[in-house]
Amino acid sequence: MSLPTTLALVGVLTAWLDIDLAVLGHLFEFVIPNAVLNTLGLVLCVAIATTVIAVISAWLTTVCDFPGRAFFSWALILPMAIPGYVMAFALVGALEYTGSFQTYLRESMSSSLLLPDIHSFGGVVLALSLTLYPYTYLLVRNAFQTQGKQSLEVGRSLGLSARQSFWRVSLPQARPWIVGGSLLVMMETLADFGTVAVFNYDTLTTAIYKSWFSLFSFQSALQIASLLLLFVVLVSLLERRSRHKQRFTNARNTLQARSRILLPSLQAYFACAFCGVIFFMGFLLPIGQLLLWAIPHLSLQLTDQFWRYVLGSFSLSVLAMTIITVFALLLAFAARTQNSYLASWSVKISTLGYALPGTVLAVGLLVPIAAIDHYLARLGFATPILQGSILVMLLAYSVRFMAVAFSPIENNLLRVTPSIDAASRSLSVSGLSMLWRVHFPMIRVGVLTAMVLVFVDVMKELPITLMTRPFGFNTLAVRIYELSSEGLWQRAALPALAIVLVGLIPVVILILRADKVQQ
Amino acid sequence: MSTEVEHYLSLNEVSIAYDSKQVLSGISFSLQRGEIGCLLGPSGCGKTSLLRAIGGFEHLSEGRITLNQDVISQRQYTLPPEQRQIGMVFQDYALFPHLNVIENVKFGLHGLSQLESDTRSLYLLEQIGLMDKKAVMPHELSGGEQQRVALARALAPQPKLLLLDEPFSNLDVELRESLGEQVRGLLKQTQTTAIMVTHDQHEAFAMADSIGVLEDGDLLQWDSAYAIYHQPINAFVADFVGQGVMLNGEMVSSTKVQTTLGCFERKLLADNIDNIQAGDQVKVLIRPDDIIHQDSSELTAKVVARHFRGAEFLYHLELDNHERVLALVPSHHDHAINEKIGIRLEIDHVVVFK
Repeated sequence: MSLPTTLALVGVLTAWLDIDLAVLGHLFEFVIPNAVLNTLGLVLCVAIATTVIAVISAWLTTVCDFPGRAFFSWALILPMAIPGYVMAFALVGALEYTGSFQTYLRESMSSSLLLPDIHSFGGVVLALSLTLYPYTYLLVRNAFQTQGKQSLEVGRSLGLSARQSFWRVSLPQARPWIVGGSLLVMMETLADFGTVAVFNYDTLTTAIYKSWFSLFSFQSALQIASLLLLFVVLVSLLERRSRHKQRFTNARNTLQARSRILLPSLQAYFACAFCGVIFFMGFLLPIGQLLLWAIPHLSLQLTDQFWRYVLGSFSLSVLAMTIITVFALLLAFAARTQNSYLASWSVKISTLGYALPGTVLAVGLLVPIAAIDHYLARLGFATPILQGSILVMLLAYSVRFMAVAFSPIENNLLRVTPSIDAASRSLSVSGLSMLWRVHFPMIRVGVLTAMVLVFVDVMKELPITLMTRPFGFNTLAVRIYELSSEGLWQRAALPALAIVLVGLIPVVILILRADKVQQ
Repeated sequence: MSTEVEHYLSLNEVSIAYDSKQVLSGISFSLQRGEIGCLLGPSGCGKTSLLRAIGGFEHLSEGRITLNQDVISQRQYTLPPEQRQIGMVFQDYALFPHLNVIENVKFGLHGLSQLESDTRSLYLLEQIGLMDKKAVMPHELSGGEQQRVALARALAPQPKLLLLDEPFSNLDVELRESLGEQVRGLLKQTQTTAIMVTHDQHEAFAMADSIGVLEDGDLLQWDSAYAIYHQPINAFVADFVGQGVMLNGEMVSSTKVQTTLGCFERKLLADNIDNIQAGDQVKVLIRPDDIIHQDSSELTAKVVARHFRGAEFLYHLELDNHERVLALVPSHHDHAINEKIGIRLEIDHVVVFK
């Protein structure tokens, strides 16, 4: 089970075995310093921006009370449904000089409002921040809800105002979650490919892609990938360490309505405005723009080819979902019955894949795959068998999304205690019968969650699909990328809306479940 | 050999060892049909391992376990739990959370028609007083209710033996007594043979016909509750079960012992204590119930501590030679600390250790 991930990692590490000096020299002089600086700069700014947005909005919607609070507390999660590469071209289309938003402003008011140019570093940061802040938002919101109730009440009894409560009580207590959230965002930013591609912003991920597909130097792509891997490992280690600091207290002590700080009217106005702007920019504006593009020629767009793409994406996602869920189940059950070091290490390695950027994974995996193909060729088979087949894609998905499926399944499986097993066996129900009558019903929800999450993730996935797909195979995500990189945004709008719709499924489930927990 | 055949459950020199660790050594005891036994001991004494071995979840390294004349466990052979027809009740109830109460109870009923299994389950639910909750899910029940359902579930298939692993540990203290009574009542009514494991001697006294005291993998004494309390076989059992103190004494003959509280005739006890001769220095067990408070007595002792227990006071008394004893006194005798009170000894069981 941990084999694919290990293979990928080994693959990347073999990068430095074969150095193409000419290409490498070119890269080191022109591409890499720029890419590294760009990447680091982006990661830093996005981390700061998302933290600021997430912490402020989480605090406002959890601890304070103002008109619209209840609405915003779930509405602010919605931008998570929009993948970065969709957010990117939707925002650019809406906010650029000839875009709908500015045109509208110019036509409705006589003077032209000078908005900053969206085709800039600021634009990339904006797009990524809007799509990633909900991760931190959720973590920090949970922290505020469960951690600070007692201390907030003490603070209020001592006469602290809203602002003082924020700085001196809530913020310090929520720090582990804030740090954890921003590290997660950093990992996602390092891995991002689609968003930066739309803005033509050169990062390490685009450098990897270009090295391979434009410069035709797979080896240099591999070398850049190993560099990116270095950064990823660093951030990943920090993220694991920060998780240890997140102590979980009894969640029953949550903030109730009466404990919230009611904001005076001026502050309430600003709170509402702040949340409103975020929600508008992160959800209403991009969705609105996509609808604006898609609706006028809807009948023209719903062609056979469109449905073929949908079917292709759909079947691929279903296939991946099935394979990955089955493997995750096997892994979870194996880990449960064997309490050995080997078992726990297997689990750790298998779930490591989530941290690997898609681009790194794609190139890394192809090394051992190519090697296997070579070997098969020597045995006399007509190659390439593995390369360029759907197998590589599925393998890459397994590495990347195993953690996504494993986590909810393992969570449920923990509830099946040894005494439940013993009780069942003492009642003469064991083996397959026990699996069917006891284990499966108890983990059913976890399995379904795993399936939904993997399905949605595979539908939205871009870099791996782009780099490992069989010739001529297209998913909705790839189609959107191709169209948007050619500037054909109107035609990309409909597939984009389809992806957003799919992306809304887990977000809606999340919101509904959070509501139920609150009750 | 013939004694083995009479008993319903029989353990013979049972030993369990993992790696290099000896968990249980040479455990032997037996139960008659319908008897309730209890394994009592401190944490780590091996009682849970022994229970699990009887259930078929542990392998024996030596010895033999026989149930209803069938050998179910011995060295190199362990009949799987699912074939033993031995029911189990756990500390954490282990109810199946996706099934409601009656579905849980019915779980172990195989090969019966729908009507038969319903009848059987409803009968048991009525016995435990949870008929009106038959469609309720486990998480909606209280701890005591969950444990009762677990009991009904284990009894439904009419097991040959019922094993209870610290069944009341997770419950409130007040609930334990009433539930213990209910459980014992139900077991006796269904004539179920049972073994319970606990570290709480009060539970053991309330529930069991026979008690086995374990320490560090050894079975020290297997006897009725009364015998364990009044005739403990060694100092550990005397110390672990009930309260008491050890007074110094000297044997004036092989049956008479002299202490600061007087001279006592010792009745013959178990074999291993009989090698006591005149002149031996011994310890005499004095329980709180051996000391009676009598104002008119010449012998006095000073109150150094007192614990109110409702119906009684437990007084810690210091004798003139600074030895300490405990006394259970009806609580309307309210004496202050440092007060001297008169005491008299009434020892029916003279228990002496070397």
